Amino acid sequence: MADEASRPFAGLSEVSIPEDVPVEGDISVPVGPSRRDDEFSTLDEPVKETVLRDLRAVGTKFVHVLYPKRSSALLRDWDLWGPLLLCVTLALLLQGGAADSDDQGGPQFAEVFVIVWFGSIIITLNSKLLGGTISFFQSLCVLGYCIMPLTVAMVVCRIVLIGGSGTVSFAVRLVVVTASFGWSTFASTAFLADSQPPNRKALVVYPVFLFYFVIGWMILTFSPSQ
Amino acid sequence: MEPKWRPQEFEEAAELLSADPGASTLSMSASDTTSTAAGGGGGGEDVKLDLSEDEEGQEESSELLGGQKPTGGFWTFEYYQSFFNVDTVQVLDRVKGSVMPLPGRNFIKHYLRSNPDLYGPFWICVTLVFSVAISGNLSTFLSEMGNPVYHYRPQFHRVTIAAVVIFMYAWLVPIGLWGFLTWRQGAERQIGGYSFLETVCVYGYSLFIYIPTSVLWIIPFEWLRWTLILVAMVISGSVLVLTFWPVVRDDTKVMAVATVATIVVLHTLLAVGCKMYFFQTAAHIPTPVPTTPPTYTALVT
Repeated sequence: MADEASRPFAGLSEVSIPEDVPVEGDISVPVGPSRRDDEFSTLDEPVKETVLRDLRAVGTKFVHVLYPKRSSALLRDWDLWGPLLLCVTLALLLQGGAADSDDQGGPQFAEVFVIVWFGSIIITLNSKLLGGTISFFQSLCVLGYCIMPLTVAMVVCRIVLIGGSGTVSFAVRLVVVTASFGWSTFASTAFLADSQPPNRKALVVYPVFLFYFVIGWMILTFSPSQ
Repeated sequence: MEPKWRPQEFEEAAELLSADPGASTLSMSASDTTSTAAGGGGGGEDVKLDLSEDEEGQEESSELLGGQKPTGGFWTFEYYQSFFNVDTVQVLDRVKGSVMPLPGRNFIKHYLRSNPDLYGPFWICVTLVFSVAISGNLSTFLSEMGNPVYHYRPQFHRVTIAAVVIFMYAWLVPIGLWGFLTWRQGAERQIGGYSFLETVCVYGYSLFIYIPTSVLWIIPFEWLRWTLILVAMVISGSVLVLTFWPVVRDDTKVMAVATVATIVVLHTLLAVGCKMYFFQTAAHIPTPVPTTPPTYTALVT
Protein backbone atom coordinates (compact mmCIF):
# COMPACT_ATOMS: atom_id res chain seq x y z
CA MET A 1 0.00 0.00 0.00
CA ALA A 2 2.87 2.29 0.59
CA ASP A 3 4.17 1.90 -2.93
CA GLU A 4 0.69 2.41 -4.36
CA ALA A 5 0.50 5.70 -2.59
CA SER A 6 3.91 6.82 -3.62
CA ARG A 7 3.69 5.70 -7.27
CA PRO A 8 2.23 8.96 -8.53
CA PHE A 9 4.82 10.83 -6.56
CA ALA A 10 7.66 8.54 -7.52
CA GLY A 11 9.97 11.27 -8.67
CA LEU A 12 9.59 13.34 -5.55
CA SER A 13 11.54 11.06 -3.31
CA GLU A 14 14.72 12.39 -4.85
CA VAL A 15 13.83 16.02 -4.24
CA SER A 16 15.08 17.47 -1.04
CA ILE A 17 14.10 20.81 0.38
CA PRO A 18 16.73 22.54 2.44
CA GLU A 19 15.35 23.52 5.77
CA ASP A 20 16.74 27.03 5.88
CA VAL A 21 14.95 28.26 2.75
CA PRO A 22 11.69 29.82 3.79
CA VAL A 23 8.72 28.82 1.74
CA GLU A 24 6.61 31.77 0.97
CA GLY A 25 4.00 32.78 -1.48
CA ASP A 26 0.54 34.02 -1.81
CA ILE A 27 -2.25 31.54 -1.32
CA SER A 28 -5.14 33.95 -1.54
CA VAL A 29 -7.71 33.06 -4.19
CA PRO A 30 -8.36 35.92 -6.53
CA VAL A 31 -11.92 37.12 -6.06
CA GLY A 32 -13.56 37.65 -9.42
CA PRO A 33 -16.74 39.59 -10.12
CA SER A 34 -19.49 38.36 -7.84
CA ARG A 35 -21.52 35.65 -9.55
CA ARG A 36 -25.14 34.95 -8.79
CA ASP A 37 -24.61 31.48 -7.48
CA ASP A 38 -21.77 32.49 -5.18
CA GLU A 39 -23.80 33.09 -2.09
CA PHE A 40 -21.18 34.59 0.10
CA SER A 41 -20.43 37.52 -2.16
CA THR A 42 -24.04 38.65 -2.53
CA LEU A 43 -24.59 38.92 1.20
CA ASP A 44 -22.67 42.14 1.51
CA GLU A 45 -24.05 44.04 -1.41
CA PRO A 46 -26.61 46.75 -0.89
CA VAL A 47 -30.27 45.73 -1.10
CA LYS A 48 -30.84 48.04 -4.03
CA GLU A 49 -28.37 46.03 -6.08
CA THR A 50 -30.03 42.72 -5.26
CA VAL A 51 -33.46 44.01 -6.14
CA LEU A 52 -32.24 45.62 -9.33
CA ARG A 53 -30.51 42.46 -10.42
CA ASP A 54 -33.67 40.42 -10.04
CA LEU A 55 -35.70 43.11 -11.74
CA ARG A 56 -33.28 43.11 -14.62
CA ALA A 57 -33.59 39.34 -14.92
CA VAL A 58 -37.36 39.61 -14.99
CA GLY A 59 -37.17 42.39 -17.53
CA THR A 60 -34.86 40.38 -19.78
CA LYS A 61 -37.35 37.55 -19.79
CA PHE A 62 -40.17 39.91 -20.69
CA VAL A 63 -38.14 41.02 -23.69
CA HIS A 64 -37.57 37.40 -24.65
CA VAL A 65 -41.30 36.81 -24.64
CA LEU A 66 -41.87 39.87 -26.77
CA TYR A 67 -39.49 38.57 -29.43
CA PRO A 68 -39.77 34.81 -29.07
CA LYS A 69 -36.93 32.96 -30.62
CA ARG A 70 -35.37 29.67 -29.68
CA SER A 71 -33.26 31.02 -26.88
CA SER A 72 -32.61 29.13 -23.72
CA ALA A 73 -32.52 32.16 -21.45
CA LEU A 74 -36.02 31.63 -20.16
CA LEU A 75 -35.36 28.00 -19.53
CA ARG A 76 -31.92 28.22 -18.02
CA ASP A 77 -32.52 30.89 -15.40
CA TRP A 78 -36.12 30.36 -14.49
CA ASP A 79 -37.82 32.44 -11.87
CA LEU A 80 -41.41 32.77 -10.81
CA TRP A 81 -41.48 36.49 -10.00
CA GLY A 82 -42.63 37.43 -13.44
CA PRO A 83 -45.53 34.97 -13.54
CA LEU A 84 -46.64 36.07 -10.07
CA LEU A 85 -46.54 39.72 -11.08
CA LEU A 86 -48.48 39.04 -14.28
CA CYS A 87 -51.04 36.87 -12.54
CA VAL A 88 -51.73 39.44 -9.83
CA THR A 89 -51.98 42.24 -12.41
CA LEU A 90 -54.36 40.23 -14.54
CA ALA A 91 -56.53 39.22 -11.59
CA LEU A 92 -56.69 42.80 -10.32
CA LEU A 93 -57.59 44.15 -13.74
CA LEU A 94 -60.36 41.58 -14.07
CA GLN A 95 -61.99 42.97 -10.96
CA GLY A 96 -64.41 45.80 -11.00
CA GLY A 97 -66.57 44.09 -13.56
CA ALA A 98 -70.32 43.90 -13.67
CA ALA A 99 -71.58 43.28 -10.16
CA ASP A 100 -68.74 41.27 -8.69
CA SER A 101 -70.71 40.25 -5.67
CA ASP A 102 -73.31 38.67 -7.89
CA ASP A 103 -72.45 35.15 -8.86
CA GLN A 104 -73.39 35.86 -12.45
CA GLY A 105 -70.42 38.12 -12.90
CA GLY A 106 -66.92 37.55 -14.06
CA PRO A 107 -64.25 35.47 -12.39
CA GLN A 108 -63.32 36.33 -8.85
CA PHE A 109 -59.74 37.13 -7.91
CA ALA A 110 -59.20 33.66 -6.49
CA GLU A 111 -60.69 32.01 -9.58
CA VAL A 112 -58.19 33.76 -11.84
CA PHE A 113 -55.36 32.71 -9.58
CA VAL A 114 -56.55 29.12 -9.48
CA ILE A 115 -56.99 28.95 -13.23
CA VAL A 116 -53.57 30.41 -13.97
CA TRP A 117 -51.55 28.46 -11.44
CA PHE A 118 -53.38 25.16 -11.44
CA GLY A 119 -53.69 25.34 -15.17
CA SER A 120 -49.95 25.80 -15.51
CA ILE A 121 -49.25 22.98 -13.07
CA ILE A 122 -51.58 20.60 -14.88
CA ILE A 123 -50.10 21.45 -18.26
CA THR A 124 -46.61 20.93 -16.87
CA LEU A 125 -47.58 17.57 -15.36
CA ASN A 126 -49.16 16.62 -18.65
CA SER A 127 -46.04 17.39 -20.62
CA LYS A 128 -43.86 15.55 -18.16
CA LEU A 129 -46.12 12.50 -18.16
CA LEU A 130 -45.98 12.44 -21.95
CA GLY A 131 -42.23 12.18 -21.75
CA GLY A 132 -41.05 15.77 -21.91
CA THR A 133 -37.56 16.63 -20.76
CA ILE A 134 -38.30 20.08 -19.42
CA SER A 135 -38.21 20.49 -15.67
CA PHE A 136 -41.24 21.36 -13.59
CA PHE A 137 -40.34 24.92 -12.67
CA GLN A 138 -38.91 25.75 -16.07
CA SER A 139 -42.24 24.92 -17.60
CA LEU A 140 -44.13 26.95 -15.00
CA CYS A 141 -41.80 29.84 -15.72
CA VAL A 142 -42.38 29.71 -19.47
CA LEU A 143 -46.13 29.39 -19.21
CA GLY A 144 -46.32 32.23 -16.70
CA TYR A 145 -44.16 34.62 -18.66
CA CYS A 146 -46.11 33.97 -21.85
CA ILE A 147 -49.22 35.37 -20.20
CA MET A 148 -47.67 38.79 -20.74
CA PRO A 149 -49.24 39.50 -24.16
CA LEU A 150 -52.64 38.70 -22.69
CA THR A 151 -52.05 41.03 -19.74
CA VAL A 152 -51.11 43.79 -22.17
CA ALA A 153 -54.32 43.02 -24.07
CA MET A 154 -56.27 43.35 -20.80
CA VAL A 155 -54.80 46.79 -20.21
CA VAL A 156 -55.68 47.81 -23.76
CA CYS A 157 -59.22 46.43 -23.33
CA ARG A 158 -59.80 48.42 -20.19
CA ILE A 159 -58.59 51.56 -21.89
CA VAL A 160 -60.89 50.89 -24.85
CA LEU A 161 -63.81 50.25 -22.51
CA ILE A 162 -63.37 53.67 -20.97
CA GLY A 163 -64.29 55.08 -24.33
CA GLY A 164 -67.48 53.09 -24.58
CA SER A 165 -68.77 49.55 -24.85
CA GLY A 166 -70.49 49.43 -28.18
CA THR A 167 -69.95 47.21 -31.17
CA VAL A 168 -66.85 49.08 -32.34
CA SER A 169 -65.18 48.70 -29.01
CA PHE A 170 -66.07 45.02 -29.00
CA ALA A 171 -64.57 44.55 -32.44
CA VAL A 172 -61.36 46.28 -31.39
CA ARG A 173 -61.16 44.21 -28.23
CA LEU A 174 -61.78 41.02 -30.17
CA VAL A 175 -58.94 41.77 -32.55
CA VAL A 176 -56.55 42.69 -29.74
CA VAL A 177 -57.37 39.64 -27.62
CA THR A 178 -57.16 37.26 -30.57
CA ALA A 179 -53.79 38.66 -31.61
CA SER A 180 -52.36 38.43 -28.11
CA PHE A 181 -53.75 34.93 -27.61
CA GLY A 182 -52.03 33.82 -30.80
CA TRP A 183 -48.84 35.54 -29.70
CA SER A 184 -48.89 33.84 -26.27
CA THR A 185 -49.48 30.41 -27.73
CA PHE A 186 -46.79 30.89 -30.35
CA ALA A 187 -44.27 32.19 -27.80
CA SER A 188 -44.79 29.38 -25.32
CA THR A 189 -44.70 26.76 -28.06
CA ALA A 190 -41.41 28.17 -29.29
CA PHE A 191 -39.91 27.59 -25.87
CA LEU A 192 -41.56 24.29 -25.02
CA ALA A 193 -41.56 22.50 -28.35
CA ASP A 194 -37.98 21.35 -28.27
CA SER A 195 -38.36 19.39 -25.08
CA GLN A 196 -41.06 17.07 -26.36
CA PRO A 197 -40.74 13.83 -28.26
CA PRO A 198 -41.65 14.57 -31.89
CA ASN A 199 -44.66 12.28 -32.18
CA ARG A 200 -46.40 13.88 -29.22
CA LYS A 201 -45.90 17.56 -29.88
CA ALA A 202 -49.54 18.18 -30.71
CA LEU A 203 -50.63 16.42 -27.52
CA VAL A 204 -48.59 18.89 -25.50
CA VAL A 205 -49.45 22.02 -27.50
CA TYR A 206 -53.21 21.52 -27.32
CA PRO A 207 -53.54 22.06 -23.54
CA VAL A 208 -51.42 25.21 -23.85
CA PHE A 209 -53.77 26.42 -26.58
CA LEU A 210 -56.78 25.68 -24.35
CA PHE A 211 -55.18 27.46 -21.39
CA TYR A 212 -54.53 30.70 -23.23
CA PHE A 213 -57.91 30.45 -24.94
CA VAL A 214 -59.69 30.39 -21.59
CA ILE A 215 -57.65 33.32 -20.31
CA GLY A 216 -58.40 35.21 -23.51
CA TRP A 217 -62.09 34.44 -23.07
CA MET A 218 -62.02 35.84 -19.54
CA ILE A 219 -60.41 39.02 -20.86
CA LEU A 220 -62.78 39.41 -23.77
CA THR A 221 -65.93 38.93 -21.72
CA PHE A 222 -64.93 41.47 -19.12
CA SER A 223 -67.76 43.94 -19.06
CA PRO A 224 -67.59 47.08 -17.00
CA SER A 225 -70.14 47.79 -14.31
CA GLN A 226 -72.69 50.38 -15.26
CA MET B 1 -44.26 -30.90 -20.21
CA GLU B 2 -44.54 -27.26 -21.01
CA PRO B 3 -42.11 -24.81 -19.45
CA LYS B 4 -43.27 -22.58 -16.63
CA TRP B 5 -42.76 -18.89 -17.18
CA ARG B 6 -40.88 -17.12 -14.48
CA PRO B 7 -42.15 -13.66 -13.46
CA GLN B 8 -39.03 -12.01 -14.83
CA GLU B 9 -39.64 -13.42 -18.26
CA PHE B 10 -43.22 -12.35 -18.08
CA GLU B 11 -42.16 -8.82 -17.28
CA GLU B 12 -39.85 -8.71 -20.28
CA ALA B 13 -42.50 -10.15 -22.51
CA ALA B 14 -45.08 -7.72 -21.20
CA GLU B 15 -42.75 -4.82 -21.90
CA LEU B 16 -42.18 -6.06 -25.42
CA LEU B 17 -45.89 -6.37 -25.92
CA SER B 18 -46.66 -2.97 -24.52
CA ALA B 19 -44.27 -1.53 -27.09
CA ASP B 20 -46.12 -3.29 -29.88
CA PRO B 21 -49.57 -4.37 -28.76
CA GLY B 22 -50.48 -5.81 -32.10
CA ALA B 23 -47.69 -8.36 -32.14
CA SER B 24 -48.65 -11.97 -32.32
CA THR B 25 -47.98 -13.92 -29.19
CA LEU B 26 -47.58 -17.51 -28.26
CA SER B 27 -49.70 -18.76 -25.44
CA MET B 28 -47.99 -21.13 -23.08
CA SER B 29 -50.88 -21.83 -20.77
CA ALA B 30 -52.28 -25.26 -20.26
CA SER B 31 -55.81 -24.48 -21.31
CA ASP B 32 -57.01 -23.99 -24.83
CA THR B 33 -56.99 -20.27 -25.48
CA THR B 34 -59.49 -20.38 -28.27
CA SER B 35 -62.24 -21.82 -26.16
CA THR B 36 -64.53 -19.32 -24.60
CA ALA B 37 -65.80 -21.62 -21.93
CA ALA B 38 -64.96 -21.37 -18.29
CA GLY B 39 -62.49 -24.22 -18.50
CA GLY B 40 -59.54 -21.93 -18.68
CA GLY B 41 -60.31 -20.38 -15.36
CA GLY B 42 -59.10 -23.30 -13.36
CA GLY B 43 -55.44 -22.91 -14.14
CA GLY B 44 -54.50 -20.19 -11.75
CA GLU B 45 -50.87 -21.18 -11.73
CA ASP B 46 -50.26 -21.16 -15.45
CA VAL B 47 -49.37 -17.68 -16.55
CA LYS B 48 -51.34 -16.79 -19.67
CA LEU B 49 -49.14 -14.84 -21.99
CA ASP B 50 -51.54 -14.38 -24.88
CA LEU B 51 -52.40 -10.70 -24.66
CA SER B 52 -53.88 -10.41 -28.13
CA GLU B 53 -57.58 -10.24 -28.76
CA ASP B 54 -58.90 -12.82 -26.36
CA GLU B 55 -62.00 -13.05 -24.26
CA GLU B 56 -60.44 -14.95 -21.38
CA GLY B 57 -59.06 -13.99 -18.04
CA GLN B 58 -56.20 -11.69 -17.32
CA GLU B 59 -53.08 -11.62 -15.18
CA GLU B 60 -54.08 -11.53 -11.55
CA SER B 61 -51.41 -9.16 -10.35
CA SER B 62 -52.27 -6.32 -12.73
CA GLU B 63 -56.04 -6.17 -12.54
CA LEU B 64 -56.26 -2.45 -12.87
CA LEU B 65 -54.42 -2.25 -16.19
CA GLY B 66 -55.72 -5.45 -17.73
CA GLY B 67 -52.54 -7.16 -18.73
CA GLN B 68 -50.12 -4.28 -18.99
CA LYS B 69 -47.87 -4.60 -16.01
CA PRO B 70 -47.19 -1.14 -14.51
CA THR B 71 -43.62 -0.32 -13.70
CA GLY B 72 -43.06 0.60 -10.10
CA GLY B 73 -45.53 1.19 -7.32
CA PHE B 74 -48.28 3.77 -7.35
CA TRP B 75 -46.06 6.28 -5.58
CA THR B 76 -43.56 6.47 -8.42
CA PHE B 77 -43.82 8.80 -11.38
CA GLU B 78 -43.26 6.00 -13.89
CA TYR B 79 -46.48 4.32 -12.77
CA TYR B 80 -48.50 7.30 -13.94
CA GLN B 81 -46.37 7.75 -17.02
CA SER B 82 -47.58 4.37 -18.22
CA PHE B 83 -51.07 5.85 -18.47
CA PHE B 84 -49.89 8.48 -20.93
CA ASN B 85 -48.14 6.20 -23.32
CA VAL B 86 -49.90 7.41 -26.46
CA ASP B 87 -48.92 9.28 -29.58
CA THR B 88 -50.83 12.01 -31.35
CA VAL B 89 -51.89 9.59 -34.06
CA GLN B 90 -53.27 7.13 -31.55
CA VAL B 91 -55.31 9.76 -29.73
CA LEU B 92 -56.76 11.05 -32.99
CA ASP B 93 -57.54 7.49 -34.01
CA ARG B 94 -59.43 6.84 -30.78
CA VAL B 95 -61.34 10.09 -31.09
CA LYS B 96 -62.33 9.10 -34.61
CA GLY B 97 -63.47 5.73 -33.35
CA SER B 98 -65.66 7.33 -30.72
CA VAL B 99 -67.40 9.47 -33.32
CA MET B 100 -68.03 6.70 -35.81
CA PRO B 101 -69.22 3.59 -34.00
CA LEU B 102 -69.56 0.63 -36.29
CA PRO B 103 -71.48 -2.44 -35.19
CA GLY B 104 -69.08 -5.21 -34.39
CA ARG B 105 -66.28 -2.84 -33.51
CA ASN B 106 -65.80 -2.94 -29.81
CA PHE B 107 -64.12 0.33 -28.89
CA ILE B 108 -61.95 -1.21 -26.23
CA LYS B 109 -60.84 -4.18 -28.24
CA HIS B 110 -60.40 -2.35 -31.50
CA TYR B 111 -58.93 0.97 -30.50
CA LEU B 112 -57.52 0.64 -27.03
CA ARG B 113 -55.82 -2.71 -27.53
CA SER B 114 -54.57 -3.05 -23.95
CA ASN B 115 -53.12 0.43 -23.96
CA PRO B 116 -55.71 2.57 -22.21
CA ASP B 117 -54.65 6.12 -21.60
CA LEU B 118 -55.74 8.89 -19.31
CA TYR B 119 -54.77 11.73 -21.64
CA GLY B 120 -57.87 11.46 -23.81
CA PRO B 121 -60.50 11.24 -21.07
CA PHE B 122 -58.98 14.03 -18.99
CA TRP B 123 -58.50 16.61 -21.73
CA ILE B 124 -61.79 15.77 -23.42
CA CYS B 125 -63.54 16.41 -20.09
CA VAL B 126 -61.71 19.70 -19.60
CA THR B 127 -62.49 20.84 -23.13
CA LEU B 128 -66.11 19.83 -22.70
CA VAL B 129 -66.40 21.81 -19.46
CA PHE B 130 -65.18 24.99 -21.10
CA SER B 131 -67.04 24.46 -24.36
CA VAL B 132 -70.33 23.93 -22.55
CA ALA B 133 -69.84 26.93 -20.27
CA ILE B 134 -68.66 29.26 -23.04
CA SER B 135 -71.29 28.15 -25.55
CA GLY B 136 -73.99 28.48 -22.93
CA ASN B 137 -72.86 31.99 -22.17
CA LEU B 138 -72.81 32.87 -25.87
CA SER B 139 -76.25 31.42 -26.48
CA THR B 140 -77.67 33.38 -23.57
CA PHE B 141 -76.13 36.52 -24.99
CA LEU B 142 -77.47 35.87 -28.49
CA SER B 143 -80.97 35.12 -27.31
CA GLU B 144 -81.10 38.28 -25.23
CA MET B 145 -79.54 40.59 -27.75
CA GLY B 146 -82.70 42.47 -28.58
CA ASN B 147 -83.68 42.95 -24.97
CA PRO B 148 -82.81 46.50 -23.84
CA VAL B 149 -82.94 45.58 -20.18
CA TYR B 150 -80.43 42.79 -20.55
CA HIS B 151 -76.87 43.52 -19.58
CA TYR B 152 -74.24 41.01 -20.61
CA ARG B 153 -72.78 38.99 -17.80
CA PRO B 154 -69.94 36.50 -18.13
CA GLN B 155 -71.61 33.92 -15.82
CA PHE B 156 -68.32 32.48 -14.80
CA HIS B 157 -69.86 30.34 -12.08
CA ARG B 158 -71.11 28.05 -14.83
CA VAL B 159 -67.57 26.80 -15.37
CA THR B 160 -67.42 25.51 -11.82
CA ILE B 161 -70.78 23.80 -12.09
CA ALA B 162 -69.96 22.26 -15.46
CA ALA B 163 -66.63 21.02 -14.14
CA VAL B 164 -68.19 19.34 -11.11
CA VAL B 165 -70.95 17.67 -13.12
CA ILE B 166 -68.84 16.45 -16.00
CA PHE B 167 -65.93 15.19 -13.95
CA MET B 168 -68.25 13.40 -11.56
CA TYR B 169 -69.97 11.72 -14.48
CA ALA B 170 -66.72 10.77 -16.19
CA TRP B 171 -65.27 9.20 -13.04
CA LEU B 172 -68.07 8.01 -10.75
CA VAL B 173 -70.14 6.29 -13.39
CA PRO B 174 -67.21 4.20 -14.70
CA ILE B 175 -66.29 3.29 -11.11
CA GLY B 176 -69.84 2.17 -10.46
CA LEU B 177 -70.13 0.31 -13.72
CA TRP B 178 -66.78 -1.40 -13.36
CA GLY B 179 -67.55 -2.41 -9.79
CA PHE B 180 -70.93 -3.73 -10.80
CA LEU B 181 -69.58 -5.72 -13.74
CA THR B 182 -66.74 -7.13 -11.69
CA TRP B 183 -69.19 -8.17 -9.00
CA ARG B 184 -71.40 -9.85 -11.58
CA GLN B 185 -68.48 -11.79 -12.94
CA GLY B 186 -67.75 -12.77 -9.40
CA ALA B 187 -65.78 -15.94 -8.87
CA GLU B 188 -66.75 -17.45 -12.18
CA ARG B 189 -64.24 -15.55 -14.30
CA GLN B 190 -66.01 -16.41 -17.48
CA ILE B 191 -65.61 -13.56 -19.84
CA GLY B 192 -62.79 -11.25 -18.83
CA GLY B 193 -64.30 -7.95 -17.87
CA TYR B 194 -62.73 -4.68 -18.74
CA SER B 195 -60.22 -3.17 -16.43
CA PHE B 196 -61.07 -0.01 -14.54
CA LEU B 197 -58.84 2.12 -16.73
CA GLU B 198 -60.42 0.82 -19.92
CA THR B 199 -63.87 1.68 -18.60
CA VAL B 200 -62.80 5.21 -17.71
CA CYS B 201 -61.14 5.49 -21.11
CA VAL B 202 -64.17 4.47 -23.12
CA TYR B 203 -66.42 6.80 -21.13
CA GLY B 204 -64.02 9.68 -21.60
CA TYR B 205 -63.73 9.21 -25.34
CA SER B 206 -67.47 8.75 -25.70
CA LEU B 207 -67.95 12.28 -24.36
CA PHE B 208 -66.02 13.75 -27.28
CA ILE B 209 -69.07 14.05 -29.55
CA TYR B 210 -70.63 16.51 -27.11
CA ILE B 211 -67.91 19.09 -27.76
CA PRO B 212 -68.94 19.99 -31.32
CA THR B 213 -72.56 19.48 -30.28
CA SER B 214 -72.27 22.08 -27.54
CA VAL B 215 -70.68 24.53 -29.95
CA LEU B 216 -73.49 23.99 -32.45
CA TRP B 217 -76.05 24.54 -29.70
CA ILE B 218 -75.28 28.24 -29.90
CA ILE B 219 -77.56 28.38 -32.94
CA PRO B 220 -80.83 29.46 -31.37
CA PHE B 221 -83.32 27.07 -32.92
CA GLU B 222 -84.95 24.65 -30.54
CA TRP B 223 -85.69 21.99 -33.14
CA LEU B 224 -82.04 22.06 -34.21
CA ARG B 225 -80.86 21.70 -30.65
CA TRP B 226 -83.07 18.71 -29.99
CA THR B 227 -81.99 17.09 -33.25
CA LEU B 228 -78.36 17.62 -32.39
CA ILE B 229 -78.77 16.20 -28.93
CA LEU B 230 -80.53 13.16 -30.35
CA VAL B 231 -77.78 12.52 -32.88
CA ALA B 232 -75.06 12.96 -30.27
CA MET B 233 -76.81 10.66 -27.82
CA VAL B 234 -77.27 7.98 -30.43
CA ILE B 235 -73.64 8.06 -31.49
CA SER B 236 -72.23 8.31 -28.01
CA GLY B 237 -74.63 5.79 -26.54
CA SER B 238 -73.96 3.26 -29.25
CA VAL B 239 -70.23 3.45 -28.58
CA LEU B 240 -70.93 2.55 -24.97
CA VAL B 241 -73.51 -0.09 -25.78
CA LEU B 242 -71.33 -1.77 -28.39
CA THR B 243 -68.52 -1.86 -25.88
CA PHE B 244 -70.44 -3.24 -22.94
CA TRP B 245 -72.93 -5.52 -24.61
CA PRO B 246 -70.48 -8.40 -25.21
CA VAL B 247 -69.64 -8.36 -21.54
CA VAL B 248 -73.14 -8.42 -20.15
CA ARG B 249 -74.92 -10.57 -22.69
CA ASP B 250 -73.85 -13.75 -20.95
CA ASP B 251 -75.57 -12.64 -17.80
CA THR B 252 -79.24 -13.23 -17.24
CA LYS B 253 -81.40 -11.45 -19.76
CA VAL B 254 -82.93 -9.14 -17.20
CA MET B 255 -79.62 -7.99 -15.79
CA ALA B 256 -78.09 -7.52 -19.21
CA VAL B 257 -80.88 -5.33 -20.44
CA ALA B 258 -81.02 -3.45 -17.15
CA THR B 259 -77.30 -2.70 -17.24
CA VAL B 260 -77.35 -1.43 -20.77
CA ALA B 261 -80.49 0.58 -20.10
CA THR B 262 -78.87 2.22 -17.08
CA ILE B 263 -75.84 3.18 -19.14
CA VAL B 264 -78.03 4.78 -21.76
CA VAL B 265 -80.27 6.54 -19.26
CA LEU B 266 -77.35 8.08 -17.37
CA HIS B 267 -75.82 9.27 -20.60
CA THR B 268 -79.11 10.80 -21.64
CA LEU B 269 -79.49 12.52 -18.30
CA LEU B 270 -76.08 14.14 -18.68
CA ALA B 271 -76.80 15.44 -22.16
CA VAL B 272 -80.29 16.71 -21.43
CA GLY B 273 -79.27 18.14 -18.09
CA CYS B 274 -76.44 20.11 -19.69
CA LYS B 275 -78.73 21.41 -22.34
CA MET B 276 -81.49 22.43 -19.94
CA TYR B 277 -79.18 24.20 -17.52
CA PHE B 278 -76.63 25.86 -19.76
CA PHE B 279 -78.72 26.62 -22.81
CA GLN B 280 -81.86 28.11 -21.44
CA THR B 281 -84.30 29.78 -23.76
CA ALA B 282 -85.19 33.41 -23.25
CA ALA B 283 -88.24 32.64 -21.17
CA HIS B 284 -86.29 30.74 -18.57
CA ILE B 285 -83.34 32.98 -17.94
CA PRO B 286 -83.37 33.96 -14.29
CA THR B 287 -83.39 37.70 -13.91
CA PRO B 288 -80.42 38.89 -11.88
CA VAL B 289 -81.20 39.99 -8.35
CA PRO B 290 -81.28 43.78 -8.31
CA THR B 291 -78.53 45.20 -6.15
CA THR B 292 -80.33 48.44 -5.39
CA PRO B 293 -83.63 48.34 -3.51
CA PRO B 294 -86.61 49.21 -5.62
CA THR B 295 -87.45 52.87 -5.45
CA TYR B 296 -91.18 52.48 -4.97
CA THR B 297 -90.75 51.66 -1.27
CA ALA B 298 -89.64 55.22 -0.70
CA LEU B 299 -92.97 56.46 -2.09
CA VAL B 300 -94.99 54.28 0.27
CA THR B 301 -93.67 56.06 3.33
